[in-house]
Amino acid sequence: MATPLTRADGPQSVPALLHRNAVKFADAPAYREKEYGIWQSWTWSQTRDEVEALALGLLEMGINEGDFVAIIGRNRPYLYWAMMAAEMAGAVPVPLYQDANAEEMAYVMNHCGARFAIVGDQEQVDKILEVQDQLPEFQQMIYLDPRGLRKYDHTALTQYSAVQDMGRANRDKNIKELEARQAKLNYDSTGVMLYTSGTTGKPKGVVLSNRNIIETAKSSSEFDDLRQTDDILAYLPMAWVGDFIFSVGQALWTGFCTNCPESADTMHVDLREIGPTYYFAPPRVFETQLTNVMIRMEDASRMKKWLFDTFMALARRVGPAILDGKNVSQWDRFKYKLGEAFVYGPLKNTLGFSRVRVGYTAGEAIGPEIFDFYRSLGINLKQLYGQTEATVFITAQPDGEVRSDTVGVTCPGVELRIAENGEVFYRSPGVFVEYYKNPESTADTKDAEGWVATGDAGFIEEGSGHLRIIDRAKDVGQMADGSLFAPKYVENKLKFFPNILEAVVFGNGKEQCTAFINIDLTAVGNWAERNNIGYASYQELAQHPQVLEQVQSHVEEVNASVAQDAMLSGCQIHRFVVLHKELDADDGELTRTRKVRRRIIEEKYADIIAALYDGSPQVSTETEVTYEDGRKGSIKATLSVRDAKVVPVTASKLAAE
Amino acid sequence: MADSYVTADGRTIGPVVMEMKNITLRFGGVEAIKDISFDIREGEIRAIIGPNGAGKSSMLNVISGFYVPQEGEVWYKGARRPAMKPFEVAQQGIARTFQNIALFEGMSVLDNVMTGRLTHMKTGLFAQSLWKGKAEAEEIANREVAEKIIDFLEIQAIRKTPVARLPYGLKKRVELARALAAEPSILLLDEPMAGMNVEEKEDMSRFILDVNDEFGTTIALIEHDMGVVMDLSDRVVVMDYGKKIGDGTPSEVRNNQAVIDAYLGVAHD
Repeated sequence: MATPLTRADGPQSVPALLHRNAVKFADAPAYREKEYGIWQSWTWSQTRDEVEALALGLLEMGINEGDFVAIIGRNRPYLYWAMMAAEMAGAVPVPLYQDANAEEMAYVMNHCGARFAIVGDQEQVDKILEVQDQLPEFQQMIYLDPRGLRKYDHTALTQYSAVQDMGRANRDKNIKELEARQAKLNYDSTGVMLYTSGTTGKPKGVVLSNRNIIETAKSSSEFDDLRQTDDILAYLPMAWVGDFIFSVGQALWTGFCTNCPESADTMHVDLREIGPTYYFAPPRVFETQLTNVMIRMEDASRMKKWLFDTFMALARRVGPAILDGKNVSQWDRFKYKLGEAFVYGPLKNTLGFSRVRVGYTAGEAIGPEIFDFYRSLGINLKQLYGQTEATVFITAQPDGEVRSDTVGVTCPGVELRIAENGEVFYRSPGVFVEYYKNPESTADTKDAEGWVATGDAGFIEEGSGHLRIIDRAKDVGQMADGSLFAPKYVENKLKFFPNILEAVVFGNGKEQCTAFINIDLTAVGNWAERNNIGYASYQELAQHPQVLEQVQSHVEEVNASVAQDAMLSGCQIHRFVVLHKELDADDGELTRTRKVRRRIIEEKYADIIAALYDGSPQVSTETEVTYEDGRKGSIKATLSVRDAKVVPVTASKLAAE
Repeated sequence: MADSYVTADGRTIGPVVMEMKNITLRFGGVEAIKDISFDIREGEIRAIIGPNGAGKSSMLNVISGFYVPQEGEVWYKGARRPAMKPFEVAQQGIARTFQNIALFEGMSVLDNVMTGRLTHMKTGLFAQSLWKGKAEAEEIANREVAEKIIDFLEIQAIRKTPVARLPYGLKKRVELARALAAEPSILLLDEPMAGMNVEEKEDMSRFILDVNDEFGTTIALIEHDMGVVMDLSDRVVVMDYGKKIGDGTPSEVRNNQAVIDAYLGVAHD
C-alpha cells in the first residue's frame, strides 16, 4: 500500500508519511486522548484506518481536489486526522482559531472559499450557522461532539462518525479514486494553509507545501534528536503553525505520540500524567507556572520554604552549568543531587516536566529569571525563533549554547541576512509558497531569490554567531533627541515581574517614554489576600495605592537596568498608568496569539496617552469592552498617572545621527 | 390524561408519572401542606414556587419519601405508593439534590458521584472488599457511567479534588452529578440556583435543560428566581402558606391574580 506513494527519496506528502508509519510503526501509539477519565490511544495503523475512513466519507460527500476544508476545535486526535484526511482526498486543510468570533471566521472561510468545515462541538457549529449566509461556497459541516445538536437541521450537518461509517460502507466504490488522488500528491502540492493572526490588517493565508512541512520536520527532528518513543502534549491552538509542525509534521516524520488533553481546564493534570519528553510552550505558560509555584511557596510552612529557598539558590548558581556540562565542583554536584531528591525532582514532577528532554519556548522574549529558573531545575529549556512563513524554524539554540537573550543559531538549511536597517531576512526549504489570493503581500515579503523579510529587527552576535532580536522592525523608532526607541525591549523587562501581566511603552518621536501597565490578577490578587487588602473589582485593585507603589518600584528597577544599555538608555519610563482593564483579544487590543496591537491601543486610549504627556496627576476615561459572547459594554474609571524616577544618562547619545 | 403531547421546542411530554392526591402534612399543630394535589408528567420540567415558608421543600420531601403525609396519597407509575423509607424511594428511581448541599466533603468529586451509583450495585460487601470478578466488573461499569456524567457536566478538571475545596457553584454541580449518576427517572432539585451569580445560574440552567433533553429525565424543581423558573419549566405549581394557589404553564401562572398577590403582597383590611 505504501509503495506506490513513496519515491526513491522518501515519502513526498503527509498521507504518504502516514502510510509509511502505519507499516513501520504499526503497533506504536500515534495519538492519545484522555476521555471519560482514561487515556484512549490509537496506534499508527489504527490512525491510518481512521483517517482513510474519513477521507472515503469525504469523497462520498463530494469533496473535490483543491477544495478547502476548515477545521475548528480544540486539540483532538479526530481533528488532526481530519487534516490528514482532507489532504488524502486532495483537498487543503485550513485550521482556524477556535476562539475566533463568527465574523473573523466568516472572513477567513470566505477568503479561501471553504466548502467543508469539520468542527468540534455545538459552539463552533453555532458560529458557522450564524454567518452561513455570508459564505456562498460553503456546503457541508461535520461535527464531532453531538451534544446539544440533536434538534438541529441535519440537511447540511453530519456527525464525524457517520461520515466515517459512510466511508467504510462505500470503500469498494471510492478506494480507487482515493488512491489515485494520493498518488498525485508530491512535494509541491499544498499540505496545509494557515492564517496568520496579523498584528496589522486582515489575516493572510500562508500556503505551505508538502516540501515545507516534510523538510522542516525532518531537519528539526534531526537537530534535536527527536525519537519515535517521544511524547508531546498538544494543547496549543491547532491553527498555529507550531502545533501543526509538532503534532502533524514532526509526529509523522519521527513517529512519536501526540497526546491531547481532556479539556482546556485539565491541561496541567494531563501534562503531569503524560510527562512529555518534548515540550513546547510560549513564555506566558512558563511564567504562569512559575507564578503559581511562587504563590504556593508563599503559603508553605517555614521549613519547606527554607528548603526551597536554599536549594533554589544553589540551583540558580550551578544548575545551568551542570545542564550545559560545564565544570562544577564535586561538592556542588553533591549538593545539587541532594536538591534533586528533595526539591527539584518533586517540583518537576508536579509541573509535569520530569521527563522533558527537549523543551522550547518562542513567540515572545522570555524573562531571564523565568528561563533560568527552569534551566536551573535541570529542564533543557531552549529558545527558538520562527514564523508561519518559515514553517516555524529559523533559528534555534543547540544543546550547550543556551542563553535567555539570544534565539540561537540558524537551523539546518536556513540562511540568514541582516538588512541595513537591521531587519532580519532568511531563506530556507521551509519558506512558504505564497499568501493565498494575495500576490502583492507575497511579493512584499518574499523576493525573487526566496529571501523572506521577518519584520523583526535584530543582529548576529559577534563570536557566538547567535541571533538576537530587539523588536519588531516597524516598532523600532527614534525619540525626539534621535536616540533609539525599542518599546518591546522595555516591555519585556517590565513583564518579567510576576505582578505585571502586560505593558505597552510609548515614546516614538517624543521627548520621553511612558507606559501602560496591566497587573497580573493572580499574583496581585494573592498578594492582596495575604495582606488583608479588600477589593471589589479588578479596577479597584489596579488603582490601589499600594499596588501603584509596587508597580512604581518595578518601573524604577527597569529604568535602572535600561540605563545600563548605552544604546537604549533613552527608553526609560518617565510616567506610567496602571490600566483599569486587561488588554484583550476580544477588544482587538491583542492578537489571538496575545501580541500587543499598538496602533489600536494608541487610538483607543488616546485620552490616557495625552494625560501621560501633559503632566496631569489623574485622568478620567471610559472604555468600550466586548464580552465573550459579542455583547458590548463600557467601563468608566479614574486612573492616577504616576511619575517614575529615571536614572540620569551621562554617557553621550549613541544614537544614529 | 394519559395522552402525550409535543412542546413548542420539540420535546415529547409523556403521560402522568407521579400524582399527589390531597396531600396534607402536619408538624404538631402546624399544617405545612394543606390538601394539595398536582401531577408530574413524564419528561417535563415541573417547578414548585412560592414565597418563603410556603411549604415547597416539605412538598419535595414528601415526594422523596422523607416525610410521610398524614393525609393524602402519592401515586407513582400508576400505583399507590405505600409509606416508604427514602432509600426505597431512591431505588424506585427518584433522585434529589439538597437546598444546603449535602455532599461528602472529605471525598473526591469522583467518589461522591460514585455514591450516586450505589442503588445500581448488586454485589455484596464481601465480594466488594475482595474486589475480584463480578465486583470488579461492576465497579468498572459504574465508573463508566460516572465518567460520562462528569464529562456531561464538564467537571473533569476537578475529578480528583476533595469537595471541601470547591467553590459553592461547583459543589452544586457535583451534587447534580451525583443525583444523575443514579440514572433517575425523576430528578428532584431543591433550589439548584440558590446563592449563585448570573453566570453560574446560566450554566446550571443549561445543564438542567440538557439533562432533560439528552436523558429524557423528568425534573421537579423548587426555585426562587422567577426568571429562571419561567424560562425553564413546562408547568408551575404555586404554593403559599401551605396551599396551592396556582397551577399551569408559566404564562398562565404569571397572569394568575392569586399568584401576583402572594408575590407582591396585598393590603390586609
